[in-house]
Amino acid sequence: MKRKWNWPLWVGFIVAVGGLFSYEFFAQFPITRDFPWANLLLFAIGAALLMVGLFRAFGRPQLYRGKIFGSILTGIAILLFCFFAYEIFYVLRQVPLSAQAPRVGEKAPKFLLPAQDGKQVALADLLSSNGAVLIFYRGHW
Amino acid sequence: MRSFQNRLLDFTARGVRVAAISVDSVEINRGHAQKMHFTFPLLSDADAAVIRRYDLLHRGAGPKNTDIARPAEFYVDANGTVQWVNLTENIAVRARPEQALSAIDAAKGGRRD
Repeated sequence: MKRKWNWPLWVGFIVAVGGLFSYEFFAQFPITRDFPWANLLLFAIGAALLMVGLFRAFGRPQLYRGKIFGSILTGIAILLFCFFAYEIFYVLRQVPLSAQAPRVGEKAPKFLLPAQDGKQVALADLLSSNGAVLIFYRGHW
Repeated sequence: MRSFQNRLLDFTARGVRVAAISVDSVEINRGHAQKMHFTFPLLSDADAAVIRRYDLLHRGAGPKNTDIARPAEFYVDANGTVQWVNLTENIAVRARPEQALSAIDAAKGGRRD
């Protein structure tokens, strides 16, 4: 008898891969960037499906395929999740202390820098009316 | 920064300018501002001199281990005094415009002149 295609293994694997590669999309929105719950949800769904698939493959091997490739796919999914967790919960938190950064009540250091139109902008120009919000960002290189 | 662009009118209504600073070149900033429809100045601190002066340098965090800015937000009042600073401990978590706006309103309310 031909054994059945064990779809939860494949779908679970694809969902787990999606959990990793959708980060760039979800990082556009503060609500899914501050804490990556959307990605973690995809990983959780993927894990649940992989579990179902593995239970089928190992519990009823005469009926379902997937003992070997199911194990391989699950292993890859676990590695992807470890990479994701390392990046999100370790690498993203490696931020310099900036202990000497200007604090509340201190004067902001002056500067003169070119804007996107090539014109030089001084801190004093920005402050003229009621002050300015300065956003330092990592850049797009 | 998109969220700051979306709320830009709330800043201009308070007489507050918004400016962003990074190591990106003027050319990259021009393209990025066009693509994202940013109307506030994106300032190019290519050699990170200002970023260094603000102690916001993140060594080796850029491409090919170059130095870039770590994310940080300030509200500087008309006298040049810092009234609010946000130094994130997670690169993914940035200040929301609402935080800056309430800091601006708080600074105004607390002023005694």
